[in-house]
Amino acid sequence: MKIFVCVKQVPDTETKITPKGDGTFIETNSIKWIMNPYDEFAVEQALLVKAANAGSTVTVVRVGGVKDTEALRTALAMGADDSILVEAEDNLDSYMTAKALKGAIEKSGNSPDLILAGKQAIDDDCSQVPQLLAQMMNLPSVSVVVGFEQNGDTLTLKREVEGGAIEVYEVNKPCVVACNKGLNTPRYASLPGIMKAKRKPLEKYSLADVGVTAEDQRLKYSEFKLPEEKPPGKKFDALEEDKQASIVKEVVGLLRTEAKVI
Amino acid sequence: MLNFELSQEQLEIYNEALKFSKNEIAPKASEFDEKAEMPFEIFKKAWELGFYNTCIPTEFGGSGLTTLDSVLISEAFAYSCMGMNTSIMANDLALLPIVIGGSEEQKKKYLTPFTEEFKVASFCLTEPESGSDAASIKTTLKEKDDHFLLNGNKMWITNAGYADLYVVYATVDPQLGHSGITACVLEKGAEGIEVGLPEKKMGHCSSDTRALTFNNVKVPKENIIGGVGQGWKLAMKTLDHSRPLVASSAVGGAQAAFDHALKYANERKQFGKPLAKHQAIQFMLADMGIKVENARNLVHKAAWLLDQGKRNTKIASFAKAYSADICMEVATDAVQIYGGYGYSKEYPVEKIMRDAKLIQIYEGTSQIQKLVIARELNSSI
Ligand SMILES: Cc1cc2nc3c(=O)[nH]c(=O)nc-3n(C[C@H](O)[C@H](O)[C@H](O)COP(=O)(O)OP(=O)(O)OC[C@H]3O[C@@H](n4cnc5c(N)ncnc54)[C@H](O)[C@@H]3O)c2cc1C
Repeated sequence: MKIFVCVKQVPDTETKITPKGDGTFIETNSIKWIMNPYDEFAVEQALLVKAANAGSTVTVVRVGGVKDTEALRTALAMGADDSILVEAEDNLDSYMTAKALKGAIEKSGNSPDLILAGKQAIDDDCSQVPQLLAQMMNLPSVSVVVGFEQNGDTLTLKREVEGGAIEVYEVNKPCVVACNKGLNTPRYASLPGIMKAKRKPLEKYSLADVGVTAEDQRLKYSEFKLPEEKPPGKKFDALEEDKQASIVKEVVGLLRTEAKVI
Repeated sequence: MLNFELSQEQLEIYNEALKFSKNEIAPKASEFDEKAEMPFEIFKKAWELGFYNTCIPTEFGGSGLTTLDSVLISEAFAYSCMGMNTSIMANDLALLPIVIGGSEEQKKKYLTPFTEEFKVASFCLTEPESGSDAASIKTTLKEKDDHFLLNGNKMWITNAGYADLYVVYATVDPQLGHSGITACVLEKGAEGIEVGLPEKKMGHCSSDTRALTFNNVKVPKENIIGGVGQGWKLAMKTLDHSRPLVASSAVGGAQAAFDHALKYANERKQFGKPLAKHQAIQFMLADMGIKVENARNLVHKAAWLLDQGKRNTKIASFAKAYSADICMEVATDAVQIYGGYGYSKEYPVEKIMRDAKLIQIYEGTSQIQKLVIARELNSSI
């Protein structure tokens, strides 16, 4: 089987985010990058499928900046076979990203039997790329997957829906599967894995190589800013009985006019 | 040429070790500290990932790590528990004499099994009456027919209750001083090894420490490492390798104490503002930062020198003495910044302070490091 895994590199969850001066993105200079945590489930699933299907290969694909290739190296150290980097800004919109991934997969010359991805990236939380990619490649897709079983060419996938209910899908390969937490336990990269990773292939394409142009841009970012700090809570002293009636009135008034919750 | 950046691969080793440390070690650190038990499940997982026995060369199944690589792992593990890291490092301490002075057969026989299966080792030098003055050991190796007989007592031996292999230092003749000291290997179950009860300790409770007694233990001649009378040199060379590891453990502990204190100081408010906005606390935090950074640089230099094939004795002792001392200072200041909460077992800095103390004591006390340093300094005149 030819298995592709789409991985995104995102700022470490402990990173302090600073918007760029012009508001077009965040400062990326001193960020520690990690593989998007949901993508770790996708890589792990790919490695499990590979182990169960002799002769399979796992290729990881990433669209993004070239300075750090943390996510790809981690996937290779975990056991993926090779990797593709589509060099681009780190803030492409979902449409461009999906189109670049499609281009990269096609350009690799291998026809995919399975494409895995995380259900969303924890930085922009768009939750769009796997579905867009499936649509562009004319493949079925299932998202928020927490159960994965393979029977020959058929996959039985469990999908989590609101309220904790589970939907069960039967899908034929090839298809796109977007993974959620709970699907598996991602392995650590072992030391020998890390040593081997540096000798594994990393193919680099430009956006032009994979057929993406400026025309494909659907979104323009203009105002990255931090959420406003919440003002401190208000305190009311209602210990004295004769003040209570007026305080209740004041609080109810503020809940109506200021907090607008009632 | 000077470059303060780790290589891509070293960064990955450090990051992966730290991830393991934060996910697997940290959540269990105080539980095992309290129970005073060795966390074998965690140790086995770390072994499976290749984080154990970092000194074993590739020819014998090891990962072929540099000393710098291995100090990175030591720092990352100690970040979550210096105690567990002591037990892990003790394996290297015990195997190093074989790596450094063992014959090809000995390396194959004793090192390779550690790469095939999770195993525990002990380094047995200290005795009830011989600590800092290690050359005064009284455990004897007496030649008898085709073998030696080992007799004596060892004290404070890490991993002793679970060891599959012991590297023991003894003397063939106490009159000979340094030149009588000889190292040998014993395997688990050798007749005449008596293992003491676990010591009850201030810290490092998830690491097993016991006394050992040898009663006429038969030691085949081929179990002598590096030849009769070579033990002292071997022990000194072993310490050149292991001191950066231990020092790095102190850096990990100090970094953890510092990170906790910095975060807490920014959250906790007194007199209407966060602790971190009070200048006296700011100065403490600044000093803590300076110390941790300095210590790490010394440790990396001590490891790097060894990897370059250069003598590192002085710098390794700089690193060991300084890192251990600042780990204790930084941990104490972290407890101070936490105030009453710092004194409680509900918060992490109390354990770090208890654990920090040992690093000033084992593998050569801070005073002994200074003796080593002074000897190196004076001999250069
Ligand atoms: C938890 C734990 C684990 C250990 N694990 C091991 C192990 O695995 N293997 C092993 O072999 N040993 C181990 N040790 C032993 C450890 O290395 C010794 O405790 C250490 O070397 C100090 O020896 P001592 O305790 O006998 O103290 P002493 O040598 O009696 O020293 C007491 C004090 O006097 C000071 N002092 C001594 N001589 C001088 C001097 N000349 N000048 C100035 N000051 C001096 C010392 O610095 C110290 O402060 C361990 C110890 C502990 C507590």
